[in-house]
Amino acid sequence: MRVILIFISAALVNNFVLAYFLGLCPFLGVSKRFDTALNMGLATTFVTTLTAVTTWLINRYLLVEYNLLFLQNVTFILAIAALVQLVEMFIKKTSIALYRSLGIYLPLITTNCIVLGLALFAVTREYTFMESVFFGAGAGVGFTIALIIMSGIREELEFADVPKVLQGAPITLLMAGMLALAFMGFAGLLSV
Amino acid sequence: MHLLGSSFVISVLIMGGLGLGFAVMLAVASKKFAVKEDPMVEKILNALPQTNCGACGFAGCHTLAEKIALKEVPVTSCLAGGQEVADTLAAALGVDAQKAKRVIAVVLCRGGQAEAAKNAVYRGDMTCAAANLVGGEKECAYACIGYADCVEACEFDAMDMNSNGLPVVFYDKCIGCGACARACPRDIIEMHPEERKLFVFCRNKDRGAQAKKVCKVACIACTICVKDCETPGGIEMKDNLAVINYDICPQNDTPAKRCPTACILYGEPEKLTREAFYSPSLPKVMGE
Repeated sequence: MRVILIFISAALVNNFVLAYFLGLCPFLGVSKRFDTALNMGLATTFVTTLTAVTTWLINRYLLVEYNLLFLQNVTFILAIAALVQLVEMFIKKTSIALYRSLGIYLPLITTNCIVLGLALFAVTREYTFMESVFFGAGAGVGFTIALIIMSGIREELEFADVPKVLQGAPITLLMAGMLALAFMGFAGLLSV
Repeated sequence: MHLLGSSFVISVLIMGGLGLGFAVMLAVASKKFAVKEDPMVEKILNALPQTNCGACGFAGCHTLAEKIALKEVPVTSCLAGGQEVADTLAAALGVDAQKAKRVIAVVLCRGGQAEAAKNAVYRGDMTCAAANLVGGEKECAYACIGYADCVEACEFDAMDMNSNGLPVVFYDKCIGCGACARACPRDIIEMHPEERKLFVFCRNKDRGAQAKKVCKVACIACTICVKDCETPGGIEMKDNLAVINYDICPQNDTPAKRCPTACILYGEPEKLTREAFYSPSLPKVMGE
């Protein structure tokens, strides 16, 4: 039961993008079109889940075991970078069109703060293995939800009569702010 | 000193081990997921201008290169490259060179400073996009605003404003990328294949009397051109504006001859839009 609460908490209540303001670069960069947003969300979810698994194992069986907690940041980054490389190769093989449309944002999953953030949160909150996996998946799903909502809004914005001064980045940031306010409605529902 | 058991050595071993582990994993994966790329794509890409202007309708030069390599689209698809690139590509691919289909921008408004009535003075930001929000200076809501957003958008120096405050396209430089057409907030600029010679130089959808009031050279929906067109249906009246159906309308000056406001004209669009043809003393000049 607790794992499900953790999943919902990471995806909605404490959404990484809209409540913690992590991962804003891909959030603004890849939310122009619905299908790329969805695919980017899925790729990131895959990476966050795998990261949660790998970093939990590294932390528990290497770092805690040998009392090397100071290596947390650097080992986690190493694991994340390797995983993203793997995902990149996989996507390039399976869908070259998706690979192109994600462009620079695909390797930039490495530097997506959500991924490192969830690994470090999972450690400080002392999650068990399963909890950690669900936390990672929830973080990815939350990112996907935020991206999908944003891409929907931005596709509608294309047809809206936006004043010239607000076109492009300004109106997008305004929309992101309002979206974050809306998600603040979930605040305090869950405390895991 | 228990060097072997110190955290220094252990951390080095663990970091090294992890790095090695991931390296092996990635090496295996890169073998397994290797993607073979057609060498022809790169060759084609090098021949293309690589400005990623998007005039071909694809996401960029790379996508176009792939499509050309697969022979899904003709070698003439690159508009920015024109005939030169088409010939290079045809030689590289071993196919017959084709004549590049040229598309050019046509400014479909003749209502310059001399012809269009004004009902306001605009003192805002001097761009068409800004002026369009409040309607601009001219009374005609469909007319060229005249602050040269299209000239600004052209990356090939193929446009300028004439002395009558209307944009002119220089066809020796226009590559047909369509940037000006996208920049125009009133959609006055259209892209047309270069063989077209007959154009309705007006976008006004007002009724005849109102159109005549706001501009001397507006289409007043008198339907003379519709009757004069040699093919029935070649020109149609839609929303008080003559629209040419280029698929069937023969390209000659017959429909243009009797136009009372000279808004439908026959000839090279560049000649039709140059200075002299906008002089108020010469309201009805056709071709040359």
